[in-house]
Amino acid sequence: MLSAEGLRHAFGTGGERVVALDNVSFSLEAGQTLAIFGPNGAGKTTLLKVLAGLIRPDAGRATVAGGRGAIGWIGHQSHLYGHLTVRENLLFWAALYAVPAAIRASRADATLRQLGIADRAEQAVWSLSRGLAQRAAIAKALIHDPRVLLLDEPFTGLDLAAAAEFRALLARLQGAGRVVVLATHNVGEGVALATDVAFQRRGRFVHFAPRGARGPAQIADEYRRAVGEREGEGEADD
Amino acid sequence: MSLAQKGRWIALLGLVLLAGVYVRALAFTPLERFQGPAQKIFYLHVPAAWSAMLAMGLVGLCSILYLIVKDARFDRFAAASAEVGTAFSLVMLTTGPIWAKPIWGTWWTWDARLTLTLFLFFLFIGYLLLRGAVAEPGLRARYSAVLGICGLVLLPFIHLSVYLFRTLHPQPIVLKPSSPSLPGSMLVTLLVSFAVFTLLYVGFVTQRYALALLREAQGREHA
Amino acid sequence: MTDLLRQAWTVARKDLLLEFRTRTALVSALVFTALVLTVFNFGRDPTAVATIDLAPTILWVTFTFAAMLALNRAFQLELENQALEGLLVSPLSRTSLYWGKLLANLVFVALVEAVGLPLFVLFFDVPVGRVLLPLVGVIALATIGFVAVGTLFSALVIRTRFAELLLVVLLLPFLVPPLIGAVQVTARLLGGRPLSEAAGWFRLLAAYDIGFVALATLLFPFTVDE
Repeated sequence: MLSAEGLRHAFGTGGERVVALDNVSFSLEAGQTLAIFGPNGAGKTTLLKVLAGLIRPDAGRATVAGGRGAIGWIGHQSHLYGHLTVRENLLFWAALYAVPAAIRASRADATLRQLGIADRAEQAVWSLSRGLAQRAAIAKALIHDPRVLLLDEPFTGLDLAAAAEFRALLARLQGAGRVVVLATHNVGEGVALATDVAFQRRGRFVHFAPRGARGPAQIADEYRRAVGEREGEGEADD
Repeated sequence: MSLAQKGRWIALLGLVLLAGVYVRALAFTPLERFQGPAQKIFYLHVPAAWSAMLAMGLVGLCSILYLIVKDARFDRFAAASAEVGTAFSLVMLTTGPIWAKPIWGTWWTWDARLTLTLFLFFLFIGYLLLRGAVAEPGLRARYSAVLGICGLVLLPFIHLSVYLFRTLHPQPIVLKPSSPSLPGSMLVTLLVSFAVFTLLYVGFVTQRYALALLREAQGREHA
Repeated sequence: MTDLLRQAWTVARKDLLLEFRTRTALVSALVFTALVLTVFNFGRDPTAVATIDLAPTILWVTFTFAAMLALNRAFQLELENQALEGLLVSPLSRTSLYWGKLLANLVFVALVEAVGLPLFVLFFDVPVGRVLLPLVGVIALATIGFVAVGTLFSALVIRTRFAELLLVVLLLPFLVPPLIGAVQVTARLLGGRPLSEAAGWFRLLAAYDIGFVALATLLFPFTVDE
C-alpha cells in the first residue's frame, strides 16, 4: 500500500550540502505501523514529505496507494485558518479532499465528536488553547478517512494526558487496515503502537525490522547503539 | 585548455577585434551625412543592444529547457547569460545618451531601442535579484526559470507597446540596422561589429559559466 | 475541468471568507487608494496642466500600486496560517490553487477599484458617465493582466527575504504593457474620442491577458512545490 524505492535527496550544494535521504527503500502493507526513530536532522521529515508528495526526491520513487487523497498528515504546521471556525476549517478541507458534499457536515460532526471537541465547533481556531487546537489539527487530518497516516513528531507539545489520549486514538485507527508511519526522536512515544521499527541516521535506515516482542527499553537501547547518540540530540534541523 | 581559459581567449580575441572595429569605424568608415562623427557610436550601440537581446533570448530558452529536463547546466548557462546581458545592456544604456546628446540635444529619448534595452536591463536585474534572494540551488533554478520564461514572453509585448506608443507620438527616428539605405562600407562595419559583439558574448558567458562551475566544485571540496 | 474549477472556487471562497472576516487588508487597500489619489491632487499644478490630461495617468498609477499591495496577501495568508503545506499535501491540483488565488485576488482588486473609481471621479471631477461601460471594460482587462502575472510572482517570492519589495521589483516591468494600453484607452474614452481609435490597444490588452493567464497557469506548478 505504501512503498519507497531507492530514495535519495539532498539539500544545498557545496559546503552546505546536507544528505537527507540516502538510499531508503521499504514497503508497508495495510495494518502495519512503522515507527521511525532518529535524531533531529536524520531526514525523518524529509522522508515523510517525499511519501506525501511534497518533495520530489533527487532519485528513487515513493508510491502511496490512492495518492494524496488517501493520506492524512499531522506535522509541525497546523493547517488551520485562525479566523475560521473549527467547523469551517473542516468543511474546507473536506471539500478539497473530495468528501461528497452531502456527507461533509455529518462527517465533520462525527470527527469533532471523535476528538472530543464537538462543543468548540463554532469557535475560531485562533481562540483555542494549544491542546484543543492540536485536536482540531488532528480532526483535519482525519476528516477524509485516510487509509494512510503520516505523522511527523505528533507528540510535540502534548502533555501526558493528551499524549495518552492520542495514543489511544491511534490504536483505534490502526486497526481498520490503515498504514501508519510515525516519525519521532523520542523512542518512548511511538514504540508501543508500532508493528515495525526503523532507526534513521543521516538519511539512512540503519535498522528496519518488525518490532516483535521487543519492549521500549530494549528498543531504546538498540537505538542508542545503532544511532550512536543519545535521544533528543541531533545535528541540524530536518 | 580549461573552459575558463577558452573563454578568456575568446573574450580577449573579441576585445582585440573590438578595437579593430573602433579603428575601422573611426578612420575607415565614411561620415554619415546628417549626424557627423557622433553617429559612429551607432556601430557599438546597436550591436550591444543586439547582444543584450541575444542574452535574454538564451536566458528564456535555457529556462524552458531547464524546466523540461532539470539539467543544472541550463540553469548555470542562463545565470551566466543574464549577467553578461546586464553588462551589455548597461553599455548600451550609457552609449545611448552619449549619442543622443549631440544629435538630439537631450540625454535620453524614449526611442524603441533604448526603451527595449531599458526593459531588458530591468528584467535582467530582477532575474539576478531573485537568484540572490533564494539560497537553495534547486529552488533557485526553478524560480529563475519561471521568471526567465515570463521575461522572454514579455518582450514582444514591450516591443508592440512601444511601437503602438510611438506611432502616436512620433519620436526621433532611429537608424534601423538592416536599412537598405546604408552604404556598403558602413554596412560592413556594422556587420563586423555584430560579429565581434557576438564573439564577446560567447567569451564572457563561457568565462562566467566556468566561474560558476569552479565555485560549485570548490564548495563541494569544502563539504 | 469542472473539478478544477470547483476546487479553485473552494480555495477562492475560503480566501474571500477570511478576507471579510478580518477586513484588515481590504480596508488598508481602500485607504491606500484614497491617500494616493489625495497625494496626486497635491502633486500637480492645476493651472499648468488640465486635469483631463493627467487623469488617466493618475487613475492607472493608483490602480497599479493598489493592485501590487493586494497581491502579497494571497500566499502570505497561507504562510501566516501555516496552511500552505496543507494545501500542497492535499489532492488540490496546483492549477486549481493558482486559479483559486487568481479569482480571490481579482475580486479583492475589483472591490478596491470599485471604490477607487468613484473617488477618482469625485476628486478630479472627471466626466465618466457616458463612457462608464467601456471604461469598466478596460479596467477589467488591465486588471486581469496585472493580477495574472502578479499572482504567479507572489508565489515565487514567498520563500525569499524582503518578499514584498522583491515582488514589486520583479512585477513592474510586466505591468507596463497593460498599463500603457489602459492609459491610452482611458485617455481616449475621457476625451470623447471614438472607440475605434483605441482598437489596437484593446487587442494588446486582450492578447496580453490571454497570453499571460495561459503562461502563468502553465508555470505555476513550478513555483509552489518545495
